[in-house]
Amino acid sequence: MAAFNLKINGVNKTVDVDPTTPLLWVLRDHLDMAGTKFGCGIAACGACTIHLNDTAMRACVLPVSAVGDQEVTTIEGLSEHGDHPVQKAWLEHDVPQCGYCQAGQIMTAAALLKENSSPSDEEIESAMNGNLCRCGTYTRIKAAVKTAAKNM
Amino acid sequence: MTLVKISHGRRSFIKSSALAGGGMMIGFSWLASCKPTPEQLLTMPKEWFKINGFLKIGENGVVTIMSPNPEIGQNVKTSMPMIIAEELDVDWKYVVVEQAPLDTSIFTRQLAGGSQSIRHGWEGLRMAGATARQMLKEAAAKAWGVPVSEITTEASMIHHKASSKSAGYGEMASAATGIAVPKEVKLKEISEYKIIGTSRNNVDGQKIVTGKPLFGLDYKKEGMLIAMIVHPPAFGLKLKSFDGTAAKTMPGIKDVFKINVYNEGETQWCDTISFNELVVVVGNTTWEVMNAKKAITCEWEQINRKEKDLPFFGKTKTVVTPSGLENSVDHLAKMIAASKSEATVVRKDGDPEAAFKKATTILERSYTAPFLAHSPLEPMNFFAHVTAEKAELVGPIQTPEFMEKSASIRLGLPIEKIDIQMTRMGGGFGRRLYGHFVVEAAVISQKVNAPIKLIYTREDDMTTGIYRPAYHATYRAALDENKNLLAFHVKTGGVPESSLSANRFPAGAVDNYLAEEWTIVSNVSVGAFRAPGSNFIAGAEQSFLDELAETMGKDPIDLRLELLEKAKTSPVGKDNDYEAERYAGVLQLIKEKSGWGKDTAGLHRGVAAYFCHNTYVAQIVDIEMKDNAPVIKKVTAAVDCGIVINPVAATNLAEGGIIDGIGHGSYSAITLKDGIPQQNNFNTYRLIRHREAPKEIEVHFVDNKKDPTGLGEPLNPPVIGALANALYKATGKRYYDQPFLVDPKLMG
Repeated sequence: MAAFNLKINGVNKTVDVDPTTPLLWVLRDHLDMAGTKFGCGIAACGACTIHLNDTAMRACVLPVSAVGDQEVTTIEGLSEHGDHPVQKAWLEHDVPQCGYCQAGQIMTAAALLKENSSPSDEEIESAMNGNLCRCGTYTRIKAAVKTAAKNM
Repeated sequence: MTLVKISHGRRSFIKSSALAGGGMMIGFSWLASCKPTPEQLLTMPKEWFKINGFLKIGENGVVTIMSPNPEIGQNVKTSMPMIIAEELDVDWKYVVVEQAPLDTSIFTRQLAGGSQSIRHGWEGLRMAGATARQMLKEAAAKAWGVPVSEITTEASMIHHKASSKSAGYGEMASAATGIAVPKEVKLKEISEYKIIGTSRNNVDGQKIVTGKPLFGLDYKKEGMLIAMIVHPPAFGLKLKSFDGTAAKTMPGIKDVFKINVYNEGETQWCDTISFNELVVVVGNTTWEVMNAKKAITCEWEQINRKEKDLPFFGKTKTVVTPSGLENSVDHLAKMIAASKSEATVVRKDGDPEAAFKKATTILERSYTAPFLAHSPLEPMNFFAHVTAEKAELVGPIQTPEFMEKSASIRLGLPIEKIDIQMTRMGGGFGRRLYGHFVVEAAVISQKVNAPIKLIYTREDDMTTGIYRPAYHATYRAALDENKNLLAFHVKTGGVPESSLSANRFPAGAVDNYLAEEWTIVSNVSVGAFRAPGSNFIAGAEQSFLDELAETMGKDPIDLRLELLEKAKTSPVGKDNDYEAERYAGVLQLIKEKSGWGKDTAGLHRGVAAYFCHNTYVAQIVDIEMKDNAPVIKKVTAAVDCGIVINPVAATNLAEGGIIDGIGHGSYSAITLKDGIPQQNNFNTYRLIRHREAPKEIEVHFVDNKKDPTGLGEPLNPPVIGALANALYKATGKRYYDQPFLVDPKLMG
């Protein structure tokens, strides 16, 4: 066990955990933040996607000891009022079915659009390919990303 | 207006006196945990008036509607309240929806399965809304001293036009609770609908996109411990001994022990389980327990052969569980052998044997599909807090009413002391019909005398069975010298179940028809997977019809329409499980909407149609070849599900079913070697991804004003046939064995 000072959504948090603990479980079990989801544990489904500085990362394989003083953004902190252009586009296109994968999808999309403000269809597919949706909302997600791109 | 006598139990419509609202926070936890924008803010009432078990109205007109059924992503949480809101005649913007508790005395059939939620709820939900509206009208009539026949409502307002009096629903809500539940209610005509048939956003949409804790895995309680299981690595094995001493010394670990999930002879249909004896590790946090799980060592031994009479929907069936460590290679060999041996005749019309004997041409083709893991993205999990006084059970479950009984039996607690709360589910697809994990969590909590959350890792989830069966089907058609269809024969089976529905099309359309089935016993457990049976047989049948049309020199849609015309005008046999006119209707609609028949260079088209779970579907898959690989450019669907409650959600769900069928048909398989699943996570078990999804999906609904039917399951079965048929046009090759786009050498 060791103490780690983390910066989550602009707020300083301290946790006392095993250094190998993935950030996913630090968020869910120690910081009461359930927005980042567990789907596979091996970075194959993308449900645990967060931003480390501005880069999309899979929190399930990111040990807390590797975070340091980098800024972590989770779905809860993507916007203050749930009105990030990606979130708004998701609602405009009524994207979610079960909704379990969507936090991860949104985080990946937000990171993509920060880096590339008008991605092509192929670029969207490539960037999002690591995010599984078992319910099959892929076509809706793509449309929402394109809408969000216009409003970034 | 339709007049309906109240036929449901009158106690369903309990009225109660004013409930003090306690200010802001009843059921609206999202208000506390996020800062809504001014547009989102809905002022909560000071007082609630419960008009009936489904709805309560605040003094300011805000209405809470209970959504009765479990939510697995089919969005009944929006559409079922929409039906109530329509007959209640409220303005949708004043509606707040809550998940109803398990209480089948009020809500009836609180189950997510069979694509039946809307179909079953259609009448009762309308009556719940209409009854409440009538009570509001009578309250106003009484308050104003006018006849109730002169009272009208419109979008949350009550009017007496003759005297220009008006009141909002909130003003009359308190008085409405003093009105007797009416014996008759008037239901709206379809032409009067303001909500049903209009697109409304997912009621949980805002919470989902902001990461609110909605799912079972997100549920937390003070003092809750985490529990995980260790199970045999192979089907055909059981626990011999285990050693948890190393695990028990690890940080945060409370205990390691074994449990028997069920007691012998005390199970229902929903208690399917692969491994009844499990090792359990309990600790403080998920990571600590995950690590301790790895430190447990076990010895396994082979199971003995078992024969059991199981209850099966009112009847009994004998289920054989053989001993041995099974292989997919052997399963396939056994299925092929069975397809050539004697089988059980399920339906015979005319004289198929004679027809085949005199046929000029016999077309025979065989199709296979492997085991599938449901793999909802939220792994199996459940919360349990069991004491001597009660069991508090919370989590994702499609069958809360059944599991309440199973838990009661297993825990030795009367049903009144079992409380099951349904969270939102991260997918179900049939996997969460089988609630063994509810009983496991309850048994564990009882053992450690603490609240616990049981969590399955993805590997646990994927390797503990309850799979979609492995299947094989052989189709034969007999043609005369003029290529007329003389006879049709389907012989099909699976490990360990058959997918046959013998009364489905083209039964009824062919004079000589034979349907047979066989099964191969196995110790691999199976369960209903989105459109059980149909999810294989539809694709096989629709691929065969395509080849048959080609052999007969006919357009594939024309062939189906010809057969359906015969089924309509001179049907063969009885109990034909479809309405030929509606079936033809979706084919005609898809022909019109897709521009079928106009060939576009480079676009390869395949068609299929099916009827299951009360809904008719036709689909066309369009493929383009890019760098020698097939790319699905577009899928067009025509759907007859009667009245569409919520068009945007209906379209979304239809798209999802299409992607589900294409994905599994193309990429997914569970294979076994010595009883061990060769796929245990998403790196080896392939689900369709963004790049592979159709570039465009277009869904058209037949506008026929018939009573609504479901959409959860009718879309994924036939699209696999349309895909195979399009692949044929694109590559010149027929695809018979799923998954179509995976190298068979990789399948072992």
